[in-house]
Amino acid sequence: MSRENALVSADWVEEHLDDDSIVLIEVDEDTTSYDKGHIRGAIKLDWTTDLQDQVRRDFVNKEQFEALLSERGVGNDHTVVLYGGNNNWFAAYAYWYFKLYGHQDVKLLDGGRKKWELDSRELTDATPTREKTSYTAQEQDHSIRAFRDETVAAIGTQNLVDVRSPDEYSGRLMAPAHLPQEQAQRAGHIPTAANVPWSKAANDDGTFKSDEELKEIYTEAGVDWSKDTIAYCRIGERSSHTWFVLKELLGQDNVKNYDGSWTEYGSLVGVPVVLGEEKGEA
Amino acid sequence: MCGATEGGLSLDGIDVAKEAIIQGRVVRGEEPVGNAYVRLLDRTGEFTAEVPTSATGHFRFFAGNGDWTLRTLAPKADPVDTAVTARKGSVAEVEVAV
Repeated sequence: MSRENALVSADWVEEHLDDDSIVLIEVDEDTTSYDKGHIRGAIKLDWTTDLQDQVRRDFVNKEQFEALLSERGVGNDHTVVLYGGNNNWFAAYAYWYFKLYGHQDVKLLDGGRKKWELDSRELTDATPTREKTSYTAQEQDHSIRAFRDETVAAIGTQNLVDVRSPDEYSGRLMAPAHLPQEQAQRAGHIPTAANVPWSKAANDDGTFKSDEELKEIYTEAGVDWSKDTIAYCRIGERSSHTWFVLKELLGQDNVKNYDGSWTEYGSLVGVPVVLGEEKGEA
Repeated sequence: MCGATEGGLSLDGIDVAKEAIIQGRVVRGEEPVGNAYVRLLDRTGEFTAEVPTSATGHFRFFAGNGDWTLRTLAPKADPVDTAVTARKGSVAEVEVAV
C-alpha cells in the first residue's frame, strides 16, 4: 500500500462527486455530524450502531456487515472513500474495519471533514438514495487486528505504540479531554509502549504529514522497523489512524490495531501497568 | 471561572466537582462561529483534544489541573491561541474572537 493508493485529496473528491464507481461514506465520533451537513452524495455509517455488536463488545459479524453494506448500496467493486470529523479518527477506524472484512478498494479523504469545512467547500443536507447491492465480505483478516493476549505477549518483544495524548499515557487523564474523565479502569500505559500521539502524524488541518516526516517521528520515538507493531489507544479509533500511517502510508508489513485498547487492557486483572512518562520495563 | 454563565453551555448532568472544565464560545465580531475547530494543547504544546464548535459557537473540554492552550481554527481566519488555566471543580469560561 502507498499514499497514492490509500489517500485522496479534497480536490480529487470534488472532481469525482458524480463518479458512480465511488461511494463516499462519512463516519464520525459525533454521529449527528452527518445530519448537520455532509459532502454531496455521501452516505453515513454510525460506528456505534452499524459497526458494533449491540450486546457484547465486538464488531458486527461477517453476515451482519454484508447485510449492512448491501442495504446501504455499497458493492464489492465500489471504491469506498471515507471521511469524518476528529481528524478522521473514526473514518480511519472504518477504513481499517473495511480492510478487516476484505474490501479491496478503500481510500481516506486527506484532512477529512475538518479540512473540507476549513476550505469552505460545499456541504448539503440532502440524503442520497442508493440501489441495494449483494455484498460479500471476507472472513476477518486477523493479521491486522490484535487481541489482548498477543498484546500482553508483545511487551518487550514487539513495538507497542500508545497513540493517546501524553496526559493519557502518563495516567494524568483517563480519556481524551473532550470526554468526561470518570472511568472504571486503571490509568497508565502498557510497559515498553512508546508514546507517539496520533496527532504527531497530522497537520493542524487534519492532513497527514509527508512520508519522510512520518518516518522520522516514529524512528525518533524508538520504533524498530524490523519488528512487528501493535498500536493502541483508548477504544481503537485513534490507533486506526496510526495503523493507517504505518501500514498504508509507510507500507510496514506487520502492523496490527488493538481495538480493545486501554478500556480493555486497563481493566484486566493482574497485567503490568506503568504510570508516568517512562516506557517502563518488560 | 465559576459555574455556567448566562448564555453559556448548560452543565446539566455533568459532575462539575470531578471535572476540570474549559468551555466557551468562538465569535467573529458579534456572531458565533459554528464551523470552527478548537484544539486543546497541553503545557508543552502537545495536542490533547479537539472539538468542532456547535451551531452556537460553543465548545467544551474536560481537562486536568494546570495550564492549557486553546488553538482555534476557523474558515478564512488565522489560527488563534488562547492561554487558559483549568482546575478540578471549576469551569474556565473562554471567549475566542477570530
